[in-house]
Amino acid sequence: MAERADLMSTVPDPDPLMEKEPVPGFEPLIVTIACHYCSYAAADLAGSMRLQYPHNIRIIRTPCTGKVDVLYILKAFEEGADGVYVAGCEEGGCHFDIGNLYAKQRIYYAKKLIQQVGLEPERVEMFNIAASAGPRFAEVAALMTERVKRLGPSPINIKRI
Amino acid sequence: MIIAEQKPLEEIREMLGDAKKVMVLGCGACVTICFAGGSKEVGILSSQLRIAAKKDGKELEVIEDTIERQCENEFFESVKDKMKEADVVLSIACGVGVQTIAELFPDILVLPGLNTTSFGRPKEPGVFAEYCGGCGDCILDLTGGICPIARCSKSLLNGPCGGSENGMCEVDPKTIQCAWHLIFEKLEKMGRLDQIEKINPPKDWSNSMSGGVRNIVREDLLEVKLES
Repeated sequence: MAERADLMSTVPDPDPLMEKEPVPGFEPLIVTIACHYCSYAAADLAGSMRLQYPHNIRIIRTPCTGKVDVLYILKAFEEGADGVYVAGCEEGGCHFDIGNLYAKQRIYYAKKLIQQVGLEPERVEMFNIAASAGPRFAEVAALMTERVKRLGPSPINIKRI
Repeated sequence: MIIAEQKPLEEIREMLGDAKKVMVLGCGACVTICFAGGSKEVGILSSQLRIAAKKDGKELEVIEDTIERQCENEFFESVKDKMKEADVVLSIACGVGVQTIAELFPDILVLPGLNTTSFGRPKEPGVFAEYCGGCGDCILDLTGGICPIARCSKSLLNGPCGGSENGMCEVDPKTIQCAWHLIFEKLEKMGRLDQIEKINPPKDWSNSMSGGVRNIVREDLLEVKLES
């Protein structure tokens, strides 16, 4: 279990990656998979609140993050994404009880899978954002964008810079 | 069911070498149930191979397919043309599936994507446990329905041994339960403890791996061939 805790899908605070400089001129493409009941509603709220967040994210809505399969994440990378994050309800607050906890386990697995093909596991992350947390949605989008800017383009995508 | 797990990706990529067109072929039977070689795993492995190839700047086309069972000739009918188009067929079935392809299609290079490990069952979600040793001489009647060949680390016929402590096995006290402890508890519950006092004589191992290839022939099922 110790190994598992090390790779837990919460971003460390402070994030050691942030000590690096962002790759100049690189605008990442990040896929956000948000659940209908919380994070997608939070995205809506962020919009209603006129909050600004990076334009780098592309949101895909799922009924629950428990619907997210590791294959969705691999396909996103295969098609050129530089980062993928899954945003579900807060732990204990999932509309379907534990879908977000299943998603968390799968994110851990997806990190291993992309590591095997030579991508950094930090390109995949899991976040929990409540429906009322519009500002947190904007914050997470900014955080993930900054992270991926520091990781640089996905190694299969170098041409994009 | 047969339990298997995927080989490390690095080993698979090394086996594939410079192949330009790879077919990843899954099997819809046992390895689907143990999440090692079903259509979902075909998708994941193919995607990994594509990403890895793109990363290394290599040209690679991956064809994906899964058939009902790779251990029976009939099921290859729908995929045989696709198989012939590929440079390599990476079978993610058990060792039987890989060998079926090798036998049916002598001109096709088939490679194994899995390591076949044991006979067992999904004990709980995500846990695939070994239950049968395929020894060819079943003694479950004597052991309360718990197999000491597969589930005792030492395959002892009379146990438990001195390495059993608090129901766990000395080989790995954290994860391996002592099969003979389980057998004792089960027989006790059933009021059949007298069975454990009997000494089990050495088994007939000639029915196991040491007795040569184990083919079974049922004459009532053989194909009828008419003499012309």
